[in-house]
Amino acid sequence: MRSSRAIDVSTGLFVLLGFAAIVFLVTQITNREFSLRSESYRLQAQFENVGGLKAGAPVSMAGVTIGRVESIGYDMDLFKAVATLRIDTRYDQIPNDSDASILTAGLLGGQYVGITPGGSDEPFRDGDQVEFVQDAIVLENLISKYLFSQAGNRDEAPADAAPAAQE
Amino acid sequence: MKDLLADLLAKLRSFLERVGAMTRFFGQLLWLSPGALLRFRLIVEQVYNAGALSLVIIMTCGLFVGMVLGLQGHDLLQRFGSEDSLGTGAALALLKELGPVITALLFAGRAGTALASELGLMRATDQLSAMEIMAVDPMRRVVVPRFLGGAISMPLLTGVFIMVGLFGVQLVGVQLLGVDQGQFWSQMRGAVELDDIYEGLIKGVVFGIACSLIAVFEGYNAQPTAEGVGRATTRTVVISAVVTLVLDYILTALML
Repeated sequence: MRSSRAIDVSTGLFVLLGFAAIVFLVTQITNREFSLRSESYRLQAQFENVGGLKAGAPVSMAGVTIGRVESIGYDMDLFKAVATLRIDTRYDQIPNDSDASILTAGLLGGQYVGITPGGSDEPFRDGDQVEFVQDAIVLENLISKYLFSQAGNRDEAPADAAPAAQE
Repeated sequence: MKDLLADLLAKLRSFLERVGAMTRFFGQLLWLSPGALLRFRLIVEQVYNAGALSLVIIMTCGLFVGMVLGLQGHDLLQRFGSEDSLGTGAALALLKELGPVITALLFAGRAGTALASELGLMRATDQLSAMEIMAVDPMRRVVVPRFLGGAISMPLLTGVFIMVGLFGVQLVGVQLLGVDQGQFWSQMRGAVELDDIYEGLIKGVVFGIACSLIAVFEGYNAQPTAEGVGRATTRTVVISAVVTLVLDYILTALML
């Protein structure tokens, strides 16, 4: 048996290493930069449909992540989805007529909020509402729109063709 | 046929008996645990035995598991042209499954056997009875600190294993096979949630309690013979491995 001093030292090292590993995992592997480090302000955006957007999804401008979606709720008065966006205070000069749209990263990637700057001189302030929004594109709606438009075309086509057939 | 049935029933009966005895033993351990915290010195010694001494094997195995994961993951993802998500896949695999499970299996092999054979030998050489004669409760003095030491060490070892494993993945994936460093880490950060880490740690805690319990139970209740000690050691490894894997399924189903 080694002396108790040596045991204490190596036990201490082991425990420290273990906790260091856990802290490393929690801080380095997960994405918590916007909740941990920087100051932020909030914006509200109302969408008819948020699609697959989730809390924690990035808010980006020109591809640069400037914030995160803090929460998504449903407004029973407006019958709209309300997304609260947290934007890093480093980006506090976004024109207040900028528009927010829900986009998809890649073909199968997650959805995020993309902000396109407008032309106003006034920047967004904490708690502001984003006026111009574009909803998530729901694949089913897109397909059904396409199908209906096809069907519409076909209805028209026989109408033109029918008189010709009768002659 | 009748003999076979009777035999089977007897086996079942002794199995249930063991399960019951272990549950009672577990209750006893939990009951005595708060008091044992007062004798912190004993627990520190056991954390040293179960944890600090297992560190080398855990780190070596973690490194190689990570490196294999890097090779295999890269080969698999390359077929879909998405090597960049190697970090995500490897991190989630290590955090949720490989980390806790392999650490528990190694822990059972390294620390569990040491605990069981030590306690079994104490039993065989009548040291435990001697303590009782001296009015020292062997449960309090010997068993509970060992149980707590093991249960404390396991989650920490799991954390170390996962960290070293990630280093191994990074070593092979990024340094050797040329996955982009930035993509590797940023995709991992984008995909791993805090819940995934909690899942790994909860598994580590539960496996630690289970493996330590099995080791001290088997050791404490070993037949006081050389053969009995050997059997207790074997049983510790076998039962720990099976229980770990069964618990892993249950915990995964609960937390998914």
